[in-house]
Amino acid sequence: MRLLTPKPEQKKRGFIRKLMADRMGFVAAIVVLIMLFTAYVAPFFFPVDLNDLGTDSFLPPSLQHPFGTDEYGRNELLLVINGAKTSLTIGLAVAAAATILGLLIGGIAGFAGGIVDTIIMRITELFQVMPAFVLAAVAVATLGSGTEGVIIILSILGWPQIARVVRGEVLRLKRLEFVDALRCLGKSNTHILLREVLPNAIAPAITLGTLVVGQAILQEAGLGFLGIGATGAGSWGGMLNRGQEFLTSAWWMSVFPGLAIAITVVAINLFGDAVGRILNPSKGK
Amino acid sequence: MVKFIAQRLIWMVISIIVIVAVSFMLTRMAPGDPVTAIVGEYPVPESYRQEIIQRFGLDLPLWQQFGIYLVNIFQGDLGFSFANRLPVMDLLMQRAGNTLLLMVPALIISTTIGILLGTFAASKVGSTRDSVVSGFVVIVDSIPVFWLGQMALLLFAVTLAILPVSGMVSARGGGGFGDLLLHMILPVLTLVSGYCATVTRITRTSVAESLTQDYILTARAKGQTGREILRKQALPNAAIPVLTVVGYQFGFILTGAILTETVFGWPGIGSTFVSAISARDYPVVQGVFLFAAVIVVAANFLTDLAYAVADPRVRTGLLNG
Repeated sequence: MRLLTPKPEQKKRGFIRKLMADRMGFVAAIVVLIMLFTAYVAPFFFPVDLNDLGTDSFLPPSLQHPFGTDEYGRNELLLVINGAKTSLTIGLAVAAAATILGLLIGGIAGFAGGIVDTIIMRITELFQVMPAFVLAAVAVATLGSGTEGVIIILSILGWPQIARVVRGEVLRLKRLEFVDALRCLGKSNTHILLREVLPNAIAPAITLGTLVVGQAILQEAGLGFLGIGATGAGSWGGMLNRGQEFLTSAWWMSVFPGLAIAITVVAINLFGDAVGRILNPSKGK
Repeated sequence: MVKFIAQRLIWMVISIIVIVAVSFMLTRMAPGDPVTAIVGEYPVPESYRQEIIQRFGLDLPLWQQFGIYLVNIFQGDLGFSFANRLPVMDLLMQRAGNTLLLMVPALIISTTIGILLGTFAASKVGSTRDSVVSGFVVIVDSIPVFWLGQMALLLFAVTLAILPVSGMVSARGGGGFGDLLLHMILPVLTLVSGYCATVTRITRTSVAESLTQDYILTARAKGQTGREILRKQALPNAAIPVLTVVGYQFGFILTGAILTETVFGWPGIGSTFVSAISARDYPVVQGVFLFAAVIVVAANFLTDLAYAVADPRVRTGLLNG
């Protein structure tokens, strides 16, 4: 009977090889790896103390300070390296949480069908109607929270898009023969949903989840730019917030954090596209 | 059709009530004194404090408080902004026009450009032109819109010094339509750049899909040229999803406007929102949220109506409900 279940493992095999064959995806993957390294390994070699103020403020880019210095004389290059951690952590955590929530909620909606499905999908629709960014800004501003708060709020706002896709996929999967076969074997609904159906719906969820990483980084940048959330020199968005004040006099304070965001998100999105091409080869032609 | 409109209307009312509930929850979940969450961080006299407690029923059970909140909002009472010394509603009404002045031209220009670019790319899927357009879309989609605005400001207003840096009118010798237009160029173009990528992406997918349909083959068999097929067959059929997205993305462009206004010091809803956040002027913060949410819900409702008018399958429920 096990033979009837399409094995998700088969799709995974050769993922790396296929990624290497996909030129765009490969380059993007390398950039993403460099960014991950910058965020989580580089700080050990270039430790940044945000309170360690330099002597020369507003220095334009030079050999000694490739990205210039800020209003407190801190080296902008080190600040950008330091900010990578905040931005990527928020992006990855939000994507992981939104994907898991989306898989579970979308899975339950699609599998249960009927009234449960209707109610869940209506709630999803409500979430999608609300202007997510404004809501996130209001929530972070009134509840007053740091990085963790931003992650929680962006995750709550991020799952509906994934839930919709997972629901569609589960609706299709539950009509397939292997579900009937498992029922005949006396497997419980929970077992069928969690162990057999959802693993097969994971590919589109992961594809979309990759895009959520980029979305969350952009949203964090926007929140930070407005001066809420993970503020100050600790994040790229926060750096842009301080840069705005000196935009016309110290352009480097805005150019480099923005470039870091743009390069990271372009790479993540291209990587996500490649993941989509590899995991769902029939689509996107 | 009447049934469809009624259904969507009821849904719109439910959405708005939920949005109000979210806003209510946020005020009551805010840490610290609920009076602060209602009036903002301003020292208020004890008598006014008592008045607020009375008026918002802060000593009553939560569900009664929600009732009072709901009634106030439906009467257009969004509270009072101490920072601006104005009722929040009046403040928003003053600023909304300025935001629309950016949003409406941006919406029109970006939709036009997006439809043209998307059709251009879809006319030859997989070609160089398609890759260039798709590449452009991915890159623009990945750049924070407000940062693009900052860079445009640095280039055109600082380095080249051909456009004004910020505001709506020049301080000296300002005023007049031409002056306003000059100040609008950069913020509107910033919004256009961010938004036209989305329209391009949807148009490309939609036109490319309709080009695979059988009626295209028929048109080709009847001897229509590629250009005619695009204009008379593929584009009209692809237009419905595109227009739906344009309507549904209203919230997205509103977000763009909030951030863009901050970059260019444009006195609209967005910069009001931002200064309210830093001044902890909570009634204005919540007012902007409600205002934005209601506008988005209304835009979605209008989009649904337009959709139903354009596509009879929607109003008769033949298309998956």
